[in-house]
Amino acid sequence: MSRQVKFVQGNEACLEGALYAGLQFYAGYPITPSSEITEGLALRLPAVGGKFIQMEDEISSICAIIGASLTGHKVMTATSGPGFSLMQEGLGYAVMTEIPCVIVDVMRGGPSTGLPTHGGQGDVMQARWGVHGDHSIVALTASSHQDVFEMTVEAFNIAETYRTPVILLLDEAIGHMREKLEIPEPGELPLVERLRTSVRDGVNYHPYLPREDGRLPMSDFGGVHRYNVTGLYHDMWGFPTSDPKMVHGLIRHLHDKIENRVNVLARYKEYFLEDAERIMVSYGCSARSALHVVKDRRLRGEKLGLLELQTLWPFPAEIVRDRCVGKKSVIVVEMNMGQILHEVKKAVDQPDNVFLANRVDGEYITPPDIYKILRLIQGKGV
Amino acid sequence: MERHNLVFTGSGGQGVITAAVILAETAVLHEGLVAVQSQTYGAAARGGSTRADVIIAKSEILFPKVLQPNLLVSLTQEAYSLNYPILRPGGILISDPKFVNTEKKVDAIAIQLPMYQGVMDEIGKPIVYNVCMLGAVARIIGIVKPESIMKVLETRIPRGFLEMNQKALELGYDMAAPYENFMN
Repeated sequence: MSRQVKFVQGNEACLEGALYAGLQFYAGYPITPSSEITEGLALRLPAVGGKFIQMEDEISSICAIIGASLTGHKVMTATSGPGFSLMQEGLGYAVMTEIPCVIVDVMRGGPSTGLPTHGGQGDVMQARWGVHGDHSIVALTASSHQDVFEMTVEAFNIAETYRTPVILLLDEAIGHMREKLEIPEPGELPLVERLRTSVRDGVNYHPYLPREDGRLPMSDFGGVHRYNVTGLYHDMWGFPTSDPKMVHGLIRHLHDKIENRVNVLARYKEYFLEDAERIMVSYGCSARSALHVVKDRRLRGEKLGLLELQTLWPFPAEIVRDRCVGKKSVIVVEMNMGQILHEVKKAVDQPDNVFLANRVDGEYITPPDIYKILRLIQGKGV
Repeated sequence: MERHNLVFTGSGGQGVITAAVILAETAVLHEGLVAVQSQTYGAAARGGSTRADVIIAKSEILFPKVLQPNLLVSLTQEAYSLNYPILRPGGILISDPKFVNTEKKVDAIAIQLPMYQGVMDEIGKPIVYNVCMLGAVARIIGIVKPESIMKVLETRIPRGFLEMNQKALELGYDMAAPYENFMN
């Protein structure tokens, strides 16, 4: 058998990945530049036996997928910045109740309604801290359609493995551009299925009592077990509590299950790092321009390298620190005012050597944009 | 040519983005080439200026936008005025005398093709205007065969409209005969 080859938008690569991963329920409200995901799944998902609902807004969209996930289904929604803002309350609820779900945010220019048809990468910190209160979150990104497909599958796998919402941060440029996608054969990429409880009908099931390995087996809501689910701090039964010990235990659990696995969750790509004197750190559409620059400058013998991050949260600080040791400079390439920049500065030994190469006017950062900034950093003037 | 950098410009509703998508898809699925297509557009569905970029190459394409096209198609005066300055000096500029007055002294091989007149005379339906333009582009770039474009059209267009599209494609292809492989 050979892989099916398609020529598609990044948004279509995302929905193909979701279908491959076993998506069963999608609720969404169309918004540029993510609408092709919703539109495509309206057609494709019912055809494979799944459920598609167009909701009245983004608040109901995220609430619908959380409910559907609780009943035992793989779920997703997709939106852009303004819709992602509305989803934060539901997202926090999913974090607290540990309900697996995938939220795609195809970033456009913000804040507010901003630039609907232009790109940006300004939602990186919103993905991390849009939800109030201490919490941890997983956010992935990608720079090519093949990677969009694979990262979408990864998002589902991580959501199911760790009972957590996973955010897929795409951007307008990747979402709308078209390039080749090869759809892997079934079985080529591993898929994680939900861990379900082995507790029988008629026997007490504790929805929030972790096993020895820390995992929480789920029981399909509406099935054989009756249990409570709340956004309040809760005990092993799922009932509200303000017992300081339990509160402390739960917040530690929510934090540790992600933050103790930073290196396990880290997905990244390395280009020409071995002998690099200067290193770029980038992600999403910006990483394509950065790699273009790296490959072009290598032809001239300049020792540039690229670390492309695919996991943004939890931030792979140790990996970034390790790869940046001893470099003359570190250049963070992103389309915002420096959101990952500060994470990189925190991670490395010499934060003064970290520079920002950015563009925030709604236009895609170009290789010439980066060349200009590189010249300045190298002391060559404008 | 190692890399074909093409930009199609016009006004919303003329089908320039669709034409770009079909061309790039043909290159990837039927010619064994690498291609990337992207577009710039405003919030309006019709009207306003639209731009579609296509890069066709034999090797990996990273940055997907075209900064300096070797071939620019402009189907309105506004699109022409807005975009001719980005054309690579000596590049090819395709326009239609029905819509564009190429008065400017531009360092380009200016190719004016009466595509609109041709489509209206031969077919009578402006809806296939963009496919006619695609036929002309295919002849000039010489790396994508019209039969391959038809294969893509067959997957996108209802059977009843295929003949009309084929006719438009051939019309454009024939019209550009004097410029065959100008860019290859």
